[in-house]
Amino acid sequence: MKVRAQFAFVFNLDKCIGCHTCSVTCKNVWSNRKGVEYAWFNNVESKPGIGYPKNWEDQEKWQGGWTLKNGKLELKAGGRLSKLANIFANPDMPQIDDYYEPFTYDYAHLQNAPLSEATPTARPRSLIDGSRMEKIHWGPNWEDDLAGEFEKRSQDTNFRQIEKEIYKQFEHTFHLYLPRICNHCINPACVASCPSGSLYKREEDGIVLVDQDKCRGWRMCVSACPYKKMYYNWESGKAEKCIGCFPRVESGLPTVCSESCVGRIRYNGIMLYDADRIEELASTQKEQDLYEAQCRIFLDPNDPEVIEAARRDGVPEDWLDAARKSPIWKMAMDWKIAFPLHPEFRTLPMVWYVPPLSPVQSQLDQGNLPLDADGCIPRADTLRMPLQYLANLLTAGDEKPIRSALNRMIAMRAYMRSQHVDGKTDTRALEAAGLTEDLAKEMYRYLAIANYEDRFVIPTGHEELRLDDAYGFQGQNGFTFGNDSSRGVSKITLFPSRRKDTHADAKKLAPLAEPNRD
Amino acid sequence: MSLHNFVFGVYPYIALTVFLLGSLVRFEREQYSWKADSSQLLSKTGMRWASNLFHVGILAIFLGHAVGLLMPHAWFLALGVSDLAHQYTAIVAGSVFGLMCLIGGAILWVRRFFNQRVSAVSRGSDKFVLTWLLLTLLLGLTTIPFSLGHAAKQDASVMVALADWVQSIVYLHPNPALLANVDPIFKAHMFFGMTVFLVFPFTRLVHIWSAPLPYVVRAYQIVRSKRA
Repeated sequence: MKVRAQFAFVFNLDKCIGCHTCSVTCKNVWSNRKGVEYAWFNNVESKPGIGYPKNWEDQEKWQGGWTLKNGKLELKAGGRLSKLANIFANPDMPQIDDYYEPFTYDYAHLQNAPLSEATPTARPRSLIDGSRMEKIHWGPNWEDDLAGEFEKRSQDTNFRQIEKEIYKQFEHTFHLYLPRICNHCINPACVASCPSGSLYKREEDGIVLVDQDKCRGWRMCVSACPYKKMYYNWESGKAEKCIGCFPRVESGLPTVCSESCVGRIRYNGIMLYDADRIEELASTQKEQDLYEAQCRIFLDPNDPEVIEAARRDGVPEDWLDAARKSPIWKMAMDWKIAFPLHPEFRTLPMVWYVPPLSPVQSQLDQGNLPLDADGCIPRADTLRMPLQYLANLLTAGDEKPIRSALNRMIAMRAYMRSQHVDGKTDTRALEAAGLTEDLAKEMYRYLAIANYEDRFVIPTGHEELRLDDAYGFQGQNGFTFGNDSSRGVSKITLFPSRRKDTHADAKKLAPLAEPNRD
Repeated sequence: MSLHNFVFGVYPYIALTVFLLGSLVRFEREQYSWKADSSQLLSKTGMRWASNLFHVGILAIFLGHAVGLLMPHAWFLALGVSDLAHQYTAIVAGSVFGLMCLIGGAILWVRRFFNQRVSAVSRGSDKFVLTWLLLTLLLGLTTIPFSLGHAAKQDASVMVALADWVQSIVYLHPNPALLANVDPIFKAHMFFGMTVFLVFPFTRLVHIWSAPLPYVVRAYQIVRSKRA
């Protein structure tokens, strides 16, 4: 057993209102620059739809993620030699129009236009070549709230094994929002496909980053990421991605997308996993078993054996503490109501999703839905949204875990409704779903109330482990001589990095603090 | 000093020094600027053919030059390769890969200058270096009829003189006199070629240094630890 900690997310789709605050805060903080205007580290898609970039889920088209070749785990687009053979022109590379051509508007024209009968307009202009764009064709959320024709939206691969024609009718239409960021996978395909070795996973928190100095722009990661969350900065010629807001996370703050989430649907926390079992579990034969397989890679932070192994592998004590209080563990493992996005890509993604219940009140009022035990909450498999669709999204098509999760959420609602509306506790729904009253109350607290301190359990980073001399580094970050802040620079340097220390003796007087071991 | 002696006795050292030191300093100080600078994201059309033809062609030409010019004359003879066989091999390989490179490069050149997006985001050095490489290539291809003429007369002396001159540069005994009887077209090609080395560190060409061959033997996953 090799214990590693992972900074992980749960997004509660049941409460996402599609306001895009997450996307906008993220864009403003991280990617409001030339070259990545088109890149949204966080975007919110309306499902069913083909999304951004177009058809990103269709791996027959993009060849992203992993696959089993003769029972062995291999990059779907091909192994190392095939990567090098395709390095001059990556055949699976998207073109910017698959995302959208970035544009601005001629705002100045509104003020500068000469007097005229008609009101002046601000027309779009390309941010790449500055040319006039007569029409915008696509964007990070082009299908907002089911915009566009069903024929196009229904190309969505999650419709496989579903008779989709019926959902074309207005009466049967259904809809959910899908906020997406980098999944900071346990078995990342982007890292594996990077020829220059610039992509890496951090041992301490599992955040996946691009070393901007080492990236040579071979762009294999862009096609290898099955979630299409690797972006090529066409200005700098380097790959960029969601950085998990690591400067915030290291200080114990949630990511900006999570912090700013109006619906309070985002949870940040720690998961422990067994790094020795990555390949074994990602190689699980049947795609439908991959969700269960990923659950098996997680380690119970309350298990004394795990705690001992974690200490041996250098997981700090406050991180173990955080793992025990992790909202991610509760939702994914204790309650089994959160699921990984497309586990069949075999990357072991670490952003998990609570599936949405569909709005049903009007159907209930008309008596159209078969009801459950308590006579007021409908059965999960009669909801508007086909279970198979959610299953294709979250469990590689296995409906069972999704049905069980929806039933639990419905039962929790029924129970709380009986208390708050009827004023009379009714536990029939809970019993049917196999929940206790305490558990239902806790679920209610986390899902409905969603207090800040319950949503975000984030231990601070241990920078003192990185620095030999934390005291000497204090107050210098960003203003050091040379490249001290960059970790991609080789140890042997052409130029001396520091002047000779003239008061080394004075420093000796201030002993370094003992590394914090307990 | 005559121009001839400068271009073939001094200029090679200027070019090589700038090439090596410039690359080293840029890698050391400005690694963020070290990249292939692909524009495939902006326009994918035709890139599979153009880029592969160009790259395979130019790499083969480079290796051909390296082996043909740097390997000592005696080694070729020891391997049983006569001067004439050497000359014909060079002509055939140079024609085939030169043509590949020319076709790919021409498509890339048209794309670089006339594709609206690619042209708009190109730096001056991008357009310059591609044009310069193609001119060097055209001059190189133009030498082929001359070489064929030599070969037809069973006379490999020009080829041997060129190789000897290159080796005289490498061994730090520059001998421009070796090139006294060489056709001007060869000299023009050589001047353009040396200039490629001179501008190398200031252009996107630096990505050649970073050919990611170690990837073949690397473990797929990379984990970095804070603990030093």
